[in-house]
Amino acid sequence: MIYFDNSATTEMALPVLDSYTKVSQQYYANPSSLHEKGETAASLLDQSRKRVAKLLGVSSEEIVFTSGGTEGDNWVIKGTAFEKMTYGKHLITTSIEHPAVLEAYRQLERMGWDVTYLPVDETGIISLIDLKSAVKKETVLVSVMAVNNETGSIQPIEEIGEYLKAYPTVHFHVDAVQAIGKVPVKLGADSRIDMAVFSAHKFHGPKGVGIVYVKKGKKLSPLLSGGGQEGNQRSGTENLPGIVSATKALNDVLQSASEDRRKMMEMITTLKHYLSQLNKVNVYTPETHAPHILCFGIRNIKGEVVVHALEKHGITVSTTSACSSKKQAESSTLLAMGIAKKQAETAIRVSLSRNNSMEEMEKFIESFEVVYRGFYGIH
Amino acid sequence: MITEVMARYGELSTKGKNRKLFIKQLGKNVEEALSAYSNLIIKAHRDRLHIELNGEPYEEVLERLKTIFGIQTISPVIKVEKTIEQASKAAISLMEETHQPGQTFKITARRADHDWDYETNEVNRIIGQAVTEAFPGIKVKMKNPDNNIRVEIRLDGIYLSSNSIKGAGGLPSGTSGKGMLMMSGGIDSPVAGYYALKRGLELEAVHFHSPPYTSPQALQKAKDLTEKLVRYSRPTTFIEVPFTEIQETIKKYVPQGYVMTITRRMMLRITDQLREKRNGLAIINGESLGQVASQTLESMAVINEVTTTPILRPLITTDKNDIITVAQNIDTFELSVLPYEDCCTIFSPPKPRTKPKLAHVLETEGKLDVEGMVQRAVDGIKVERIQLNQTQEAKQKAIFEDLF
Repeated sequence: MIYFDNSATTEMALPVLDSYTKVSQQYYANPSSLHEKGETAASLLDQSRKRVAKLLGVSSEEIVFTSGGTEGDNWVIKGTAFEKMTYGKHLITTSIEHPAVLEAYRQLERMGWDVTYLPVDETGIISLIDLKSAVKKETVLVSVMAVNNETGSIQPIEEIGEYLKAYPTVHFHVDAVQAIGKVPVKLGADSRIDMAVFSAHKFHGPKGVGIVYVKKGKKLSPLLSGGGQEGNQRSGTENLPGIVSATKALNDVLQSASEDRRKMMEMITTLKHYLSQLNKVNVYTPETHAPHILCFGIRNIKGEVVVHALEKHGITVSTTSACSSKKQAESSTLLAMGIAKKQAETAIRVSLSRNNSMEEMEKFIESFEVVYRGFYGIH
Repeated sequence: MITEVMARYGELSTKGKNRKLFIKQLGKNVEEALSAYSNLIIKAHRDRLHIELNGEPYEEVLERLKTIFGIQTISPVIKVEKTIEQASKAAISLMEETHQPGQTFKITARRADHDWDYETNEVNRIIGQAVTEAFPGIKVKMKNPDNNIRVEIRLDGIYLSSNSIKGAGGLPSGTSGKGMLMMSGGIDSPVAGYYALKRGLELEAVHFHSPPYTSPQALQKAKDLTEKLVRYSRPTTFIEVPFTEIQETIKKYVPQGYVMTITRRMMLRITDQLREKRNGLAIINGESLGQVASQTLESMAVINEVTTTPILRPLITTDKNDIITVAQNIDTFELSVLPYEDCCTIFSPPKPRTKPKLAHVLETEGKLDVEGMVQRAVDGIKVERIQLNQTQEAKQKAIFEDLF
C-alpha cells in the first residue's frame, strides 16, 4: 500500500499515539479542577503550550488550542470581523483559500460584510498590486494561505507582511495548515503575521486538535463561550490527550523538517521529471511549490477515474482536496488559475509525508505508466 | 567567542577589614551557583571576579550571574593573542553582540604592557577603524557612546570587554548571618525574603501548615516560592511547622476578635524557638504598615511582645503596588496569587481587632497550654533542603518528559 494523500490527512505516528493513550489513562482529570489530579492536568497543559510556543518561536500566551484547522480559521476570521465591526467591515482574502476560510468569508458576506477575493495568476499566486489596490480605510482583515492544499503553490507571505506594515491595525491571518514542516513561516515579534492556524492531523498528530497563534496584543472575539478555558478565548474542556500528543507530533516533525523537505522534494522532482516525458499529461503545480504536493492530470481522463485506477495498484491519491472531492466539485484553485473546467476535472494530487520513500515513488511511476498506457490506448 | 566574564564587586569594596571575608563568600556563592558548569575557572581577585568560560555557554552563565548579590556589573570579555589583527576581530565580534543600527561607539585602550608594539592612541585608531569598516555608517562618540569597547593590553594577552551589564547589587549572601523568613505563600513574604537576601542574609524559610484546612498545593506553593529565592542565594532550608492543633485550639477557646493576634503570637514564638535552635540572629517577615489588621502598630506591638529577637520588616513602609512590581521582577507574583487557602485565611474572623489589648491577650493565653503547643509544633517540624529547579513545575516537567 502506498499512501500519497498526506495533504488530506496523515498517519498518526506511533509514539504520538502512545502519548495520546498515556495521557488519556493517567491524566484524564479536568485541568480546571481544583484537586491535585486537576492541577497535574493543568500543569501538563501548560507544559504543552510552552513547548508548542518554543517550537514555533513565539511565547506561550500567544498559543490557543482548538479542535482543528477549520475551527482555527473560522475563529480568526469571524473573531476579527466581530471584534472590529465598529472600525470597519471590509475583509480581504484570496480566491484559492481552503473552504474553511472561503466559506467563513462567504457567511460574513451574507451577513453584510464587504469581502474582496483577490484573483491569482496562472501559477496560482496573488499579485501585490491587487492587494494594494484592495486595502482601504475600512479593511480590518487580510487572510492569505501560506501553501495551497491543491497545487502546493506558495504565496508571498513575507512581501504581503512587509506591505501590511503600513496598516498596523489590519489583522494579517495566515492559514499555515499545509505549510508546517514543509515551508517555513516566520512568526513572532519581527513577523507581520498576527494569526496563524495549524492542524495536528496534517503532521502525524491526532485528529481534532488545532493550534492558533495570536500575536500578543491582538484581540479576537471568541466563537465558543462558556467556561473561559484557553484564556477566555476558546471555551470547552481541553482535549488534553490530543493537545499533548499534538505537541509531540509537532516536535518530531520539526526536528527532522529540513531533512524531510529535501527527501520529499527529491521524490516530487523525480515524478515531475517523469511526467514531463508524457505528452498527454498536464502539470498544474507551478515551478516553485511546496516540497510535498504535485497536482497534474491526464488529458481528457477524469481525475476520479485515475484515482480508482491507481487504487487497483495499491496506491492512494486524491482528486485535489479531500473536502471537495467527494462532492465531485472540480478544483476551485485550478479554476481560479484560469484553467478550463473540463481540464480541471482531470486533476489528481500526489501529496507526500516524511513516511514516504523514493522506492514508493518509483513504484508509483511504474503503476502510473501502466494506467497511462491503458488510457492512451482508449483515447 | 566570549572567552571570559568579568564581574565587578559593589559596595563591599568599601568594607575595610571584612572585605577579604566578603570576597571569599562571594566567590563561594558564585562557585556554588555555577557548579553545573564544570569547565569554568573562577578566580576572585581583589576588585573583581574573573570567570574563564572554557567552552561553557556564555548566555547561561550570564543569566545566573545576574541574580547573585554582591556583583555590581558584569562584562563579557574576549581574550586574544597580542596582535592588533586579533584585537580588531574581537572588538568587532563584541560589537556584534550588542550593536543596534544607529548606535555610536568608542574604543578605550589601556596598556599595562608598555613594551607592546602599539601605543594607546594607535590602538584606539586602528581598532576603531576596523569597527567602522565592519559596521558601515557607525559613528564614533567620545562622550557617552552606546558601546564602549575597553581594550586592555596585558603581559599575557589582550583583553577586550564591552559595556557592563547591570548586576544584582547588594551584599553576598551569607555575609550578614542567618535569619528565619516567615514564608506564608502570599505576595509579601517572598519579596521580604528577597530584600533580606540582598543585604547578605542567609535564610531559612518557616511555613505553617494546617492540614486538612490548608492543602498540599498551598504547602508546595510555599516551597516553590522558596525555590524562586534560591536563585538569589543558595540552596535554602525549608521548615514545615505542623499548625493544625494550635489553630483548632485557638478557634475553640479564643474570642473571635483575638484569634488573629494570638495566632500570630504563636507563630512568632515557634519561629523564635526555631531560630534559637538553628543559630539564627533575626526573624524576617513581609509586614507592611497598615496593610491588614495584624499590621497596625498596635497589633505589631502586642504580637512582638513574645520576643526580643530583632524582627526585620523590609517592606514595612512599602506600598502594595511597589511590592507587586518587585514580586513580578523576581518572578514570584504569579505563584503567590494562586488561589490556595493558607493558614492566615482559614478561621480568620470577620472582624479582627486592629487595636488589641495586651492584658486581654495575656489573660486568654493563660487558659491555654501555650508552652506545650509550641513544644509539640517545634518537635514536629519537617526540614527540607530546597534547591534550584526543584519546583513542582520542574519535577512534573521531568515526569512529563516521555509524553513529549
